[in-house]
Amino acid sequence: MMSDPIIKIENMNKWFGDFQVLKDINLSVEKNKKIVVCGPSGSGKSTLIRCINRLEEHQKGTIIVDGTELTENTKNIEAIRAEVGMVFQQFNLFPHLSILDNCTLAPIWVKKMPKKDAEELAMKQLEQVQIVDQAKKYPGQLSGGQQQRCALARALCMEPKIMLFDEPTSALDPEMIKEVLDAMVNLAKAGMTMIVVTHEMGFAKEVADEVIFMDEGMIVEKAETKDFFANPKNDRTKLFLSQIL
Amino acid sequence: MNKLNFLKPDRENITTYLYSGLFLLFIALFDVILSSFFKIDITSFLPNSISFLLPLVLGIIGFHLIRIEFSGIKNLDLLNKNINTNTFNAVLTLLIIFALIKSIPPVLSWSIIDANIAGDTKEACTGSGACWTYIKIWLNRFIYGMYPNELQWRINISFILLIALAFIGLIPSEKIRKFLTLYYVVIYPIIAFILIYYLISGGSLGLEWVETGAWGGLSLTFIVSFFCLIFCFPVGMFLALGRRSVLPIIRYISVGFIEFWRGVPLITVLFMSSVMFPMFLPEDFFMDKLVRVIIAISLFEAAYVAEVIRGGLQALPRGQYDAAKSLGMGYWKMHIFVILPQALKLVIPGIANTFLALVKDTPLIFVVGLLEIVGMLNLAKTNPKWLGFAMEGYVFAAIIFWIICYAMSRYSQNLELKYKTER
Repeated sequence: MMSDPIIKIENMNKWFGDFQVLKDINLSVEKNKKIVVCGPSGSGKSTLIRCINRLEEHQKGTIIVDGTELTENTKNIEAIRAEVGMVFQQFNLFPHLSILDNCTLAPIWVKKMPKKDAEELAMKQLEQVQIVDQAKKYPGQLSGGQQQRCALARALCMEPKIMLFDEPTSALDPEMIKEVLDAMVNLAKAGMTMIVVTHEMGFAKEVADEVIFMDEGMIVEKAETKDFFANPKNDRTKLFLSQIL
Repeated sequence: MNKLNFLKPDRENITTYLYSGLFLLFIALFDVILSSFFKIDITSFLPNSISFLLPLVLGIIGFHLIRIEFSGIKNLDLLNKNINTNTFNAVLTLLIIFALIKSIPPVLSWSIIDANIAGDTKEACTGSGACWTYIKIWLNRFIYGMYPNELQWRINISFILLIALAFIGLIPSEKIRKFLTLYYVVIYPIIAFILIYYLISGGSLGLEWVETGAWGGLSLTFIVSFFCLIFCFPVGMFLALGRRSVLPIIRYISVGFIEFWRGVPLITVLFMSSVMFPMFLPEDFFMDKLVRVIIAISLFEAAYVAEVIRGGLQALPRGQYDAAKSLGMGYWKMHIFVILPQALKLVIPGIANTFLALVKDTPLIFVVGLLEIVGMLNLAKTNPKWLGFAMEGYVFAAIIFWIICYAMSRYSQNLELKYKTER
């Protein structure tokens, strides 16, 4: 069954000064699909997903998220950001707020949710990622894996339609990677639309519907997960896979 | 018993070294104390220069003898590790101790032993020390300025009320707690203004009007400092945000404002506020001198506060902005809930610095004829009946300012601890 894409990117180009980071990106993501984006560092993967919630501005082409085009209109951007969750490499929790307050801040002030409801929701999400017992602590008191799971819960408290992951496990110690990936797998199984920038190919094989390989600002290869790993077509993809696997 | 080697004390004969060393140190200190407190020189039979240096030499030998590594005696090891690591540090230690001992007697004799406080005229001060009578007689003026004596209860009541109201934050009730920020930032200053306007200034409600020119002394120091602190903070905060704005007009206005006020001396700003400013105003428009001064100092200090806060804003990692934006927060929500709380926490020491400087800058308002505590002091010291007591006055003012500033400093340290959320 084909449904309308929830994210539609057409001929998108982006420059940092004179340097072109993204070249003619075309991508559409359907609802409930899980896309993994991989590629060497500096290939524009992070910039691509940061463009989707306009943490970066694109200069040419169109990006349509859930029927709304990303333009200068700040009201639109804020509305889109409220339904597109994002998890960062460096967690980016708010260090001056407790774990619970980190989760309830945006629902209360952006979605105008009553405080009691927001706290209930937050506790539910924290339970999903298994750090409900840390709710009263501050981010500085938690391990990296716990912080990243809290960041995931914080994003989910906005009840987003799409989740973006920007190398969520790259800043973690090896033994903590699994607990974060497990939480992400659970989320994927619950049917969330996800775009994940990661080097964790095991995760890609397990949950991704499609894998995108990027190099030098271009989408070099885009294929269903099985095909992507079994018979990559492009030479650069082959080289990359041979190095990373 | 091992042979004693006085060049290299060791643990073998620790008792001998320790007691002889301590004995020499004791003699050195004893000599200095005797000569500075009682003017008795027990080594007067020696040539002058030797007698003068003897305590130092004895002290150095004493410290050398007790410098025993790993002696096993806790206090001795502590001493050796911190102030007696080598001969140079031993000399420094001795010199500092001697300087302290030498300076106690003159300070004591000036401020207490030879000082006078009785009587109420200059003639009562017969001793060679301080004349606290002068402070005592003028205390009323130092606190209230030229405010009429019979109306001073109005100042007293206002300040007592304000101090009492400041403690509302200590009520441990959840209901009140929610509104504390609003209370301290908006309501409290308004109450303070109303009290000062109606009670201290008067002119209505059947109270006699007292012009601001008559206000003065410590109460004026408090009034000026209080309002300047309250006004300069929000203005500085907006300037700091403005300087980082993406809108060029706002950015240039902020930069221009900050650089202008930072570039001119406060004393000229105050002078301008009283002399030049009224020329640009319509004829019938009147703004009180004190109000103009408070505005001038507030804007001046706001420029400094802005740069301090900007430092805090720049110290925050970009990820904090990204995270706030990705949750759908707009500019103001992001700054109010995420950015400013962290940035302001970072710059508490810098803000405290600026605020202390502000309080100590208030004496400059003398250039427009407002006499706070130092201004009153200068007035009092030129009074023909009380010539020659500048020293007492300045010591008094220094102590008052030190108490105010130290209290503020401690308060800022408490704030830092209170908002510390890292491990």
